[in-house]
Amino acid sequence: MLKRILALLAAGAVTLGLSACGSADPVGSSSTQTPGTTGSLVIGSQQYYSNEIIAELYAQALEADGYQVTREYQIGQREVYLPEMAAGRIDLLPEYNGNLLQFYDKQTTARTPAEVTAALADVLPAGLRPLDMAEATDQDSYTVTRATADEYGLVEIGDLANLPQPVKIGANSEFATRPYGIPGLRDVYGVEGVVFPIEDSGSALTVKALVDGDVQVADIYTASPAIEINNLVSLADPKALILPQNIVPIVSDAVDAQAADVINAVTAELGMADLIAMNTRSVNEQLSSSQIATDWLRAKGLL
Amino acid sequence: MNYLTEALAWIADPANQSGPNGILARLAEHLLYTLIATGGAALLAIPIGYAIGHTGRGSGLVVGATGAARALPTLGVLTLIALLAGIGIGAPLIALGVLAAPSILAGAYSGVQAVEPSTVDAARAIGMSEWQVLWRVEIPLGLPQLIGGLRSAVLQVMATATLVAYVGGGGLGRFLFLGLKTQDYPQMLAASLLVVALAVVCEGLFEVSVRVSLARKAARSRSPQLIGG
Repeated sequence: MLKRILALLAAGAVTLGLSACGSADPVGSSSTQTPGTTGSLVIGSQQYYSNEIIAELYAQALEADGYQVTREYQIGQREVYLPEMAAGRIDLLPEYNGNLLQFYDKQTTARTPAEVTAALADVLPAGLRPLDMAEATDQDSYTVTRATADEYGLVEIGDLANLPQPVKIGANSEFATRPYGIPGLRDVYGVEGVVFPIEDSGSALTVKALVDGDVQVADIYTASPAIEINNLVSLADPKALILPQNIVPIVSDAVDAQAADVINAVTAELGMADLIAMNTRSVNEQLSSSQIATDWLRAKGLL
Repeated sequence: MNYLTEALAWIADPANQSGPNGILARLAEHLLYTLIATGGAALLAIPIGYAIGHTGRGSGLVVGATGAARALPTLGVLTLIALLAGIGIGAPLIALGVLAAPSILAGAYSGVQAVEPSTVDAARAIGMSEWQVLWRVEIPLGLPQLIGGLRSAVLQVMATATLVAYVGGGGLGRFLFLGLKTQDYPQMLAASLLVVALAVVCEGLFEVSVRVSLARKAARSRSPQLIGG
């Protein structure tokens, strides 16, 4: 029942999004159309600005190759868009390999990026498949301020044992129960932690709590511009406590071999520094995702 | 339908009821946040509302300010204040106060405004000072409107106080956010049901107090007629 309501809401949001985007000029790619390819693809994105930028990279690259692209960005949760994808209403959506795998298989033992992506192919519903994964990863991290890192000599997560226990960690409330959160911290690194719940997924408020010293550690996504801006240190994870979250485009059968080549060419260029730089432009310069995507694709010679 | 039964089972489970993270503790926190936010807003808004209602000056301000303040998204206000003032329950309480103030201000103001001008004149004619007019005539007669304003403020704040959990506080929002993030929808629904139940109980209490204050108002407005007759 709830799922159906959510799906209806999402469908409504999608319709609104479509009508709003209808008049936008998709970066004038008509001149580069190749005759003969008239494929039409629907590209979606999560409700996350960084994800929309990545979706826009694929959208513009595909348009430049002659595909007709419909954008359905800012679709909330996996519960909503994955069924839509399985039903063939969305053909491409940038995903994060670790979280996506855990969505289907909570007990997964895959840990390295390659293992995770390989396991993904087995759990995805019929009609969906992962393409190549990017080097760029946007994963949870145990992040501290430079001052804390220097004071206690923190390099990797295990060094948090140097701090007074339990360590106070600013994160979403589910961090208290997730394998990469408090339980894993204890079992894998022997560090006691307690969650100070801040429900903005490592955004401004979590960063504020860390910088103000309300918490000693914060869960901030590695592609967040806030890490560089605030001179924060993400601790290394040599024992692979945290699932990798490499960007991996999930596509439907409507994506043919030619389109897959175009998508993989974009993914191959998408490094960690690229993702952070694009996110930083979005946050600092308030540019649109299409502008950021166009600039990056041009710089990489993909447009 | 089975979400609903699971949610009810979640509420009925004794393991979820007691302890620092239990339903009872969260309910108490939720009530406390509601009281603090509405009480703080009332301390500010009621005197301002009475001043404007009594003097008649600045009523345009009330209409404009309450309209504008009602349009403010509470989550946005909360984030803004938290970014300025820091994390903790201070920011959400202020944001909830901002949510509560317009209704209370409007209630206080309109209660005083609604008193018959002839009644006020009569009070002045028998030699009451301005303070006495306000304190003994306008405020008692305007009580139902004030209670109405408080009532809608409390209900709005109670429904929105789940946001306190957004920045580290407690209250019923804890269950809501945890349920949402861990796809535990029965828990999420249970939290919503608890908020609704709390609101219904409060609504009942207000209904009783409105009736009492209306009865007293009726008694007061009858007595001069008896004297006059």
